[in-house]
Amino acid sequence: MEWSKFWLYVLVMAGVTYLIRMLPLAAIRGKVKSRFVQAFLYYVPYAVLGAMTIPAVFSSTGSLPGAIAGVVAAAVLGWMGKGLLTVAAAACVAAYVAAMFLH
Amino acid sequence: MRYWKGFRDGIPIALGYLSVSFAFGIQAVSLGLTPLQAVLISLLNVTSAGQLAGLQLMTVGAGLPEMALTQLTINLRYALMSISLSQKLDESMTTPHRLLLSFANTDEVFAVASSQKGKVGRAYLYGLTNGPVAGWVLGTALGALAGGLLPASVTNALGIAIYGMFIAIVLPPARAMREVRVVVLISVVMSCMITFLPFLSFISDGFRIIICAVVASALGAWLLPPPLPDEGSDEKEALD
Repeated sequence: MEWSKFWLYVLVMAGVTYLIRMLPLAAIRGKVKSRFVQAFLYYVPYAVLGAMTIPAVFSSTGSLPGAIAGVVAAAVLGWMGKGLLTVAAAACVAAYVAAMFLH
Repeated sequence: MRYWKGFRDGIPIALGYLSVSFAFGIQAVSLGLTPLQAVLISLLNVTSAGQLAGLQLMTVGAGLPEMALTQLTINLRYALMSISLSQKLDESMTTPHRLLLSFANTDEVFAVASSQKGKVGRAYLYGLTNGPVAGWVLGTALGALAGGLLPASVTNALGIAIYGMFIAIVLPPARAMREVRVVVLISVVMSCMITFLPFLSFISDGFRIIICAVVASALGAWLLPPPLPDEGSDEKEALD
């Protein structure tokens, strides 16, 4: 792609993305007082992760049986409280093996 | 010390990013960008879904307003995350560090930072973000330069790495606290409804996440207020 066009696109992309991330962090300095907003913000990470993972995870490997095996492996190890790297690696291995045999 | 604790926590994110950005690098080159251009996109944006959409828009010659609006839609969830993260920061996070670190506030960085006990400071956050940004850029370069070398079965399986990490972050607190289980369940059910019900499928991925997170968190805050820690000291830790 021509560089002049490329830079225009990338500056718009990166600029919008950065402003979205930066403005709230730069502006909100104190502790939120409202108990409701505190509780709301406490739940946001978990709710975000739930919505990002399901159902998208089932189309993340190009093989549904592979993805299901990966989710089961991650769910079992995650429930047991294993570390992030262990769980992520186990999900990949399970997805690879299941896709090989079941797809 | 705090830096290295953060760095260690960032390693699984970095490895997950390596595989995801590898796929991005392959796709960018196949759509007509040079490897250097692919790397620059990753270095300046550090976001998966937004980059993929942006790549498609620039290769079909879309207008700049369309590009801006697409990024706003897909990435508005980061505003929600930044608001939530603003409540976790300690006094070491002065304005220059906020300006710099917000650059790398990705979904995964946010999730791991949120799961820490108590407040987080700049040393921890620099450690946490350095590995993932490096992995994101390096993976893009490898994919752009050598994408054909790995068999598809391997790159496909690596696609689940990030989700495995998400599951590992959510399940321990969900196991320990009924309130978290209920909120996650509401969010997941809504996410499936928006994805699969035909009359809701006009909602983009970015807005799907925002709607699910806002509704589930608001319902939880209203009906099931969590045992809120002062300074977050009672928060369940998601990391070993």
